[in-house]
Amino acid sequence: MRTLVIAEHNGNSLSAATLSVVEAAKKLGRDIDLLVASNSCESVLEAAKSVEGVSKVLNFSHEKFKNEVAEDVAACVMSVSNDYDFFLASSSTSGKNNLPRAAAMLDIQQISEVTDIIDEKTFKKPIYAGSCIATVQSTQAKNAITIRTTSFDKANENGGSAAVEDMSVPETESRKSGFVKNELTVSDRPELTSADIVISGGRGMQNGENFALLEAVAGKLNAAVGASRAAVDSGFVPNDYQVGQTGKSVAPNLYIAVGISGAIQHLAGMKDSKTIVAINKDEEAPIFKVADYGLVGDLFEALPELESKL
Amino acid sequence: MKILIPIKRVNDYNVKVRPNQGNTDVDLSNVKMAMNPFCEIAVEEAIRLKEAGKADEIVVVTIGDDKHQEQLRTALALGADRAILVKTDNSVQPLDVAKVLVKVYESESPDLVIMGKVGIDGDHNQTGQMFAALTGLPQATFASEINVDGSKVEVTREIDGGLETLSAEMPAVVTTDLRLNEPRYASLPNIMKAKRKPLEEMDIESLGVVVEQKVTTLKVESPPERQEGVKVETVDQLVDKLKNEAKVI
Repeated sequence: MRTLVIAEHNGNSLSAATLSVVEAAKKLGRDIDLLVASNSCESVLEAAKSVEGVSKVLNFSHEKFKNEVAEDVAACVMSVSNDYDFFLASSSTSGKNNLPRAAAMLDIQQISEVTDIIDEKTFKKPIYAGSCIATVQSTQAKNAITIRTTSFDKANENGGSAAVEDMSVPETESRKSGFVKNELTVSDRPELTSADIVISGGRGMQNGENFALLEAVAGKLNAAVGASRAAVDSGFVPNDYQVGQTGKSVAPNLYIAVGISGAIQHLAGMKDSKTIVAINKDEEAPIFKVADYGLVGDLFEALPELESKL
Repeated sequence: MKILIPIKRVNDYNVKVRPNQGNTDVDLSNVKMAMNPFCEIAVEEAIRLKEAGKADEIVVVTIGDDKHQEQLRTALALGADRAILVKTDNSVQPLDVAKVLVKVYESESPDLVIMGKVGIDGDHNQTGQMFAALTGLPQATFASEINVDGSKVEVTREIDGGLETLSAEMPAVVTTDLRLNEPRYASLPNIMKAKRKPLEEMDIESLGVVVEQKVTTLKVESPPERQEGVKVETVDQLVDKLKNEAKVI
């Protein structure tokens, strides 16, 4: 039996999340195949076959994969499911959308947000917004797992030379849903989940305009900009900025939390960062308990000063 | 149009849940329980569709012991018309929840199923997708906007890169994200009225679903604590530490 990893891409490049899922898959000790559903996307296929540790790339090419719909991806997984006893995806919104659909069709109880693979049946995953870590064991012959990518290193993106197999694309003409449009956030900043440095703002930013102060510092550091759920709930920034249990998990080399109190649900998404800096005017804020360096002070003074000194 | 809303009873989101003494599970004794926040958003959205004249009936369903009546009554007080309690004393994992919901779906024949994207207890984020798979219905997960137009529903989804809009023929399954709406509170008169609304109970066995523990919990622990660091007095000190001590900039 083999392990199937559902690759993620943007129609141009392979997602860094997929590299982490491949690295996690290595712990299962099986041959690893990458499922790439794309609109004949050569650059993604090239990248997929170069990933170290990948045996085979399953090339599902069709125009309908220009924009991914869960029903189509699940149908691809089903069409090859007999060869596999592990089905892996990242715990991105794409993996969360697609994998449970395939798992249910295979009568598999999926295990979500895995942070550690102990053996092929035993896994660790956060529960209760990261308040607790559960060690769970599967009694199933086949398993479906989403991987919390920040808990695993990335597989080397070079060094592999996998064969690319052209697959016949399952017919899903009868599906009852279709893509209408995308409104993707355009930013010249690095992507949040793969950035080396992340600077996030919370409710203390007071409004969306003030995020310009964070952007200015981010510009100097080539950092990604994130936000707490409180800042998203208050409408300061879009939801795709959100770091935390209900948003994205990040683990950069440097995480700077500005005006963020440090609710458990936020900590769950960033406390694996290598170095954490907190800037907050409330010295009792729980964020200081996890920060390597804390600065108690007014963020509206600290941020411009920080920018000028970088 | 009829809307089915599956809901879940979980810990109140303000409560920090801890492992029990034997580290075999979480300790939920004396923990305040409530409707899962994402399910509240689902109920609210259904009520808004009814208020807009687009839905006629809202049915809520949950699975669990008698205590789950509390959350069903809350949903009825908020504006749901009818409630169903599928009774079991065992914990039910997402795949089996989906299987139970299929049975309820078959007997209720709703046009739209709206449910929370994730329970804040197990953090699975699976049930809606699994239910959609087992019924063969289209799925639109992580909704921040729902527009019902005739026999179609258009859903704006929160995805990692921004927003995506899908259109689905009804019946369809939609799971809710945080920004879909801000749930209302139940008024006292409505809480009183809810006590007289119909709440049907049925045993899980009567639906023919065999509950399995396909994944068992071996251990529950607190996450490793991070050491508290140092406070710096000035921005200069901070920059110095980041450059020369942590060497991250």
